[in-house]
Amino acid sequence: MPKKIIHEFKVEFLQILDEAGRVDRTLWPALDEKEVKGFYEAMLLIRTFDEKALNLQREGRLGTYASVQGQEAAQVGSATALRPSDWIFPAFREPGVSLLRGLPMRMIYQYWSGDERGSAIPEDQHDFPIAIPVGTHIPHAVGAAWAAQFKGDPVAVATFFGDGATSKGDFHEGLNFAGVFRLPIVFICQNNHWAISVPLSRQTASATLAQKAIAYGFEGIQVDGNDVFAVYTAVKNALEKARRGEGPTLIECFTYRLSDHTTADDASRYRKAEDVAAWRKKDPLVRLRALLEREYGWSEADEQTLRRQAQERVAAAVHEFEAVPPANPEAMFDTLFANLTPDLLRQKEQLRKRLQKKERD
Amino acid sequence: MSKLNLVQAINQALRHEMEKNPDVVLMGEDIGPDGGVFRVTEGLIDTFGARRVVDTPLSESGIVGVAIGMAAYGLRPVVEIQFMGFLYAAMEQLISHAARLRTRTRGRYTCPLVVRTPYGGGIHAPEHHSESTEAFFVHTPGLKVVVPSTPAEAKGLLLSAIRDPDPVIFLEPSKIYRAIKEEVPEGEYLIPLGEARVVAEGKDVTLIAWGAMLHPTLKAADQMAEKGIEAEVIDLRTLSPLDSATILRSVEKTGRAVIIHEAPRTCGLGAEIAARLCEEALLSLEAPITRVTGFDTPIPLPKTEKYYLPDVDQIVEAAEQVVGF
Repeated sequence: MPKKIIHEFKVEFLQILDEAGRVDRTLWPALDEKEVKGFYEAMLLIRTFDEKALNLQREGRLGTYASVQGQEAAQVGSATALRPSDWIFPAFREPGVSLLRGLPMRMIYQYWSGDERGSAIPEDQHDFPIAIPVGTHIPHAVGAAWAAQFKGDPVAVATFFGDGATSKGDFHEGLNFAGVFRLPIVFICQNNHWAISVPLSRQTASATLAQKAIAYGFEGIQVDGNDVFAVYTAVKNALEKARRGEGPTLIECFTYRLSDHTTADDASRYRKAEDVAAWRKKDPLVRLRALLEREYGWSEADEQTLRRQAQERVAAAVHEFEAVPPANPEAMFDTLFANLTPDLLRQKEQLRKRLQKKERD
Repeated sequence: MSKLNLVQAINQALRHEMEKNPDVVLMGEDIGPDGGVFRVTEGLIDTFGARRVVDTPLSESGIVGVAIGMAAYGLRPVVEIQFMGFLYAAMEQLISHAARLRTRTRGRYTCPLVVRTPYGGGIHAPEHHSESTEAFFVHTPGLKVVVPSTPAEAKGLLLSAIRDPDPVIFLEPSKIYRAIKEEVPEGEYLIPLGEARVVAEGKDVTLIAWGAMLHPTLKAADQMAEKGIEAEVIDLRTLSPLDSATILRSVEKTGRAVIIHEAPRTCGLGAEIAARLCEEALLSLEAPITRVTGFDTPIPLPKTEKYYLPDVDQIVEAAEQVVGF
């Protein structure tokens, strides 16, 4: 019996806006000037929010924070493609997605300052709180997609995670379930090349992360994650496919973590400055600004106006965040279960007495 | 009313709740046409279809993780894990997510999820099939832990567990799955979570047990009665939240307590109960609180598991020592 090839697979790569800000018009997603400028505005807002977070942390006004610099295009492109009725399940490096979904900026600062109220997502928003344990939220997203399909709701689910998460069992179990049950979900991998100090080459021997989808029986695509139009196009197509009942998609956004893992990290211990410098040239904001300048006459004055507006918005959010009344420590008991158990009632009372005594002393 | 064993009673409870609430979905391995490894879900797929009785991939952590998302979205998933020893793969999902979803979002998201799993030894099962590590879950804030001890109890507690707005670990003592038959009320039958049951009243010593261990404990009480010792027997039913009030009331009366569990001794639930009695009933105590438990070893394979599991003689011996102290 001669050997034969029973399957062959290909992995697509999508780029619409290159590093020099040039656009492939054959792939252009039919966005008008206002929408293109809206993308830039959102990316600049995220960068400004992020820089402020790092400053607040240095000044002791915020706890440990995970910066998202370099990944703005991947966040804006995907968040813009989502509908408000869709559900999202973010990891911990998605403040940009959360902001665009409408989570008050104050709440993101609140969370990273160590206040649970930052995860009390507004009722009208279908956003899960961020997940700190890597990749463990992927099955939750799959379950929500399953429930949406079960109830016949016309929604899709998107979940975000990094390259490190693809090494975890949760990634495998989640994608496998989604493939088997053909669920309305989009897996958005932010391949930023680093899981703290461990490079992508130590996460996988695969040529791409996108190709992992093939083993689960659905499509995977790699996109230039610093090209907001490529991300937007891929995510939009995948969400529409999900809503049509045609199953899941894995999108690998090929991007780079420009900053340290968190404010508790020093990336100079494990990666070369020249590597980071090379990626700075691919900065998603720089290339989009180049496009704006060439196509829409974007001026230095426009840029300065936009920057000032972003800074004002961020300053207002910081003000709101710092004006929030202190958290009530007794609240730690109140929402553990729907009702306080006798033990929790007792413990809450103990804490209350201790607080009263402290106040008296 | 009909006489049912524990497997049939749980099956009836699942059927009842699925008829009542279209959002109840069962998921697990082999629970469809096969009816589950212990046949607990037998016939349910014929009535409710593969949409609501879902045979999943072999993926314990995935099943529980997916169920968390389903529950948060608004369904009422009831998960079956084939044996407690296979639930460990899902510990991160239970501890880091199911248990804290409500509190970390300050009530915005909830996780009304039931995880059913057979547990305990004495059925001559292969390695990893006889675990009794309920204390892991009792130790986890945000989880409720329920252990039925008879068929009727199983039905009443399971209905409450499925309707509970928070995650419940429902441990089914596999040793008594088919060992006992009793009248089980048809239709609605609810036993509230968090309330222990005084199975037998007595004034000399309190015996505290749950699950399969309740039965040797009751036999021990009978044997002691023949010698004129009146034992009060408490079936905890819900391990978390723990019904301290019922335990305290009893020990304040008897002055003596023996706690029986097949789980390993150290940091088993018996330790917590003993600590509470010391904190809150010290002046009522006439004798040291005693524990009859498994050893601090993994439960042995079937050839020697009987030397590990507490039996009637050990319970009688411990209770008599306490009474004669």
